[in-house]
Order: sequence, then C-alpha cells, then structure tokens
Amino acid sequence: MSDAARIGGLVFAAVIVQVSVLASVPIGGGTADVLLVVLVAAALQRGSIAGAVAGFVAGLLVDVATLGTMGVTSLLLTVAGYWAGRYGETTGRERPHALPLAVGVITVLLAFAGLGLHYMLGDEVNPHRALVTTLLPALPLNLLLAWPVGRLCRRLLPQGVPLERVREVELVV
Amino acid sequence: MLGVNVRRAAPGALPSRSSTALRRRTVVGSLVLLSIVLVTLSFRETDGGPISSFQSAGAAALRPFEVAATRVARPFRDAYGWVDSLFGARSEAKRLRAENERLRQQLIQAEVSASELADLKALLAFKEGKSFPADYDGLGASVISRPAGAFAQAIVISRGSSDGVEKDAPVMTADGLIGLVTRVYAHTSRVTLLTDESSAVSALDVRTGASGVVQHGGSGSTLVLDYVPKEDDVRVGDTVVTAGWRSSKLASLYPKGLPIAHVVSVGQTDTDLYKQVQLQPFADFTSIDAVLVLVPKDRAP
Repeated sequence: MSDAARIGGLVFAAVIVQVSVLASVPIGGGTADVLLVVLVAAALQRGSIAGAVAGFVAGLLVDVATLGTMGVTSLLLTVAGYWAGRYGETTGRERPHALPLAVGVITVLLAFAGLGLHYMLGDEVNPHRALVTTLLPALPLNLLLAWPVGRLCRRLLPQGVPLERVREVELVV
Repeated sequence: MLGVNVRRAAPGALPSRSSTALRRRTVVGSLVLLSIVLVTLSFRETDGGPISSFQSAGAAALRPFEVAATRVARPFRDAYGWVDSLFGARSEAKRLRAENERLRQQLIQAEVSASELADLKALLAFKEGKSFPADYDGLGASVISRPAGAFAQAIVISRGSSDGVEKDAPVMTADGLIGLVTRVYAHTSRVTLLTDESSAVSALDVRTGASGVVQHGGSGSTLVLDYVPKEDDVRVGDTVVTAGWRSSKLASLYPKGLPIAHVVSVGQTDTDLYKQVQLQPFADFTSIDAVLVLVPKDRAP
C-alpha cells in the first residue's frame, strides 16, 4: 500500500470517527478532535506537503459530511497540516514531546483561527463558548489522544522528508 | 520567523532544498487558494449549484460510513453515557434540591403575596365604602414586625412621620378598629392594639346608643364594654362602634362610627354598678398583615 493511500485511509477513518462519534460525545463541555491529532501526527511523520494535502482533503471531507461551508475547514486544516509538517521536517520529529507540543499549540491556534474565520464570514460566533467552554476541555483531551495516535502513525507511516538540520524553526515558509 | 533567513547545517545541499521549498510553497499556496475559492463559490452560488451538488453527492457517499461508525460506536457511547450520568447524578441531585428549595420559597412568597393582596383589596374596598370616616384619609401600611413577649400587644407598621403618620392616629383593618399609633419614627410606627392593657376606647351600641369604654377583656383577643349603666339596653349581637365624642376643648382620638366588635354576652349582678358586656372584635388580632392609618384630611401629606 502506498504512503498516500495509508495517509488517506487514516484521515478518512479519522473524519468518519470525528463527525459520527466523537463530535456527539461531549466530555466536560468539549469534544476530543481525533482528526486534528491524526493530521498533526501524520504531518510530523511525513512532512509539510503531505500534511497540507492531508489537511485539505480532511477539511473537504468534514465540510461535505457536515454540510458546512465548503473550504472553511479545508483552509484551516491545510495550514495546520503544513505547520505541523514543517515542524517535523525541521526540529520536531525526533523529539519525544514534539507531538503533544504540536497538538497543544495547533489546537489553541486553530480555535482562534476558526473563530476569526467564521467571524469574517458573518457566522454567529460566541467567543466565550469557542475559546473557553469548548477549548479548555478539548485541549487536554487532544493531548491525551496524542500518545496512542502518535504510536499508531509512527507504526503505519514511514518517515518522509529527511530532517533538515536547522537552528531556527520556520513558522511559515 | 517571517523574513528571517534560516541557517542550515549543510549549505552544499541548498539547490535541491531550494527546489523542495519552492514545491512546498507552491503546494500549500495552491491548496490555500483553492480553499478560498471554495469558500467564495460556496457563498456566491445559489441552491442547486455545482458546489452544493458536489457536497450533496459527497454527503450521500459518506453516509454509509457514518452510519456504520455510529452503529459500531453506539455501545461505547451508551456505556460512556451511563457512566457519565452516574457521575452527574450526585451534582444533579444537589442542583434539583437547590431548585426545589428555591421553588418552595417562591411558592411561600406567592402565597404570602396573595394573602397580602386579599388584605389590601379588602382595605381598599373599606376605604372607598360608606363606613369610612369622610374627614379622614386612609394611609395603607404593612405590618413589618410584632414585638416579642406577652406584655406588649403591639405591631410595627411600615409608615412613619415622613408619610404623614402622627402619634395617636387610629389604625384599622378592613374589619374594624385595631388600635392607636403610640410611637412614630421617620419610616415606621408602633401601634398599640386594643387588646393591650393600656388601651381604652369610648364606644357605643349602634342599636341603642348605650355608651361605655372598650377595654381588654383579660384573655386572648376578647374585649369588654365597661362602664355601661345597668339601665341601658345592650343585647347579644349588637354592634359596638367608636363614640367619637367632642367637647368644647377636647375630642376623642377616634372618629365616630368605626366598627370595633359585636356583643357576645351580657350580664349583670346586684352588687355591680355596671353591666358586664363581653365583645368579640371584628378584626382578627392574630393575623394582621395590612392596615390603614387614619390621617385627618387637613393634615394629610
């Protein structure tokens, strides 16, 4: 099985589980985002291009499955996958804390970015709900998922782009 | 960081890395652009457009997978829900107990309010009735406390000198006279009830005009009509009202004709100078919630 098929299968399964199961199981007011954790783990393992493409496809599937505005989740997850991939390609991949760190940071950034994007699109947004009620419980839940999902991704996906030995993390390019 | 040159350990590999970076930027740029185009098209297209048709077809294709995942996960979700409800049961019970207490308080308040409303309606009807003294105004007040102890037959009302209440003003309920203002403060007053040992009201029998003095009867809320001469005619069931006398310089504290009580027994002995007339007051002294303070119209605020 090719790498693309493996990543695609992982992402597809994560999307289905996320929209069908986890999204309707609130824990402490928030929900775990297994899709985000899978995306970050895959991107760390396979690199920025694979992360960006996986993020785009995952977002597209989510928007289709939830009948949301097409492109919104794609945009957010594309950037999230790309950032996680760049972090893995540059400094993060071989560090034990890389996945939880990336999951934590991207969970928070994604909440802010999603809030801003939906606000710009004119949707009804509740900042307190998005950034406090939902995000605070979601953050530890995602961090809890990071360990098993990371192990699964490392087992299924071989390392992609070789590590670039850099002294600084590239955040955007 | 944006615009910061990243120093790499192996400068010899720069050309290939440069092409990788270009490819990387091209891919992510294209995907971001594609996402923005999708968002734009989603917003601009009408129902039945290509984007919504694609979304509809995609949702239909994903539907079996979602149903399968839901069915597989249902036992786990149910188990989680059961455990979660166990954890939540204690806090739920606590919340329900607090809500129950709050509702009970509201019910009590509503019952009290309904009772007060009935009293106030009765007072209003009395004030607008024919038996209300014409040269007085009725100042409505609620009873805010009753002094503790068996030695003081008094109540404290929620009106004072700032409302126009003066010392010695008569106080009534809708049923009849209950007492006299004996202390006045800015916003409260103390009313000494007719059942107090110190109270005395000159009164007369409405039917015959026989006069006497209403005083405390010695037990509970009963009153007596004292100093009624033996030759005067007083019968059981007669109504007793205030006499409201006036001489050249003095006048009774009470206006004439305020209902006080009805006669429940009449007796006399050979050795007594006066009749023994027992009265049952019209007002229920055990449950006074709202009263009217009578203020002369020329002194009303």
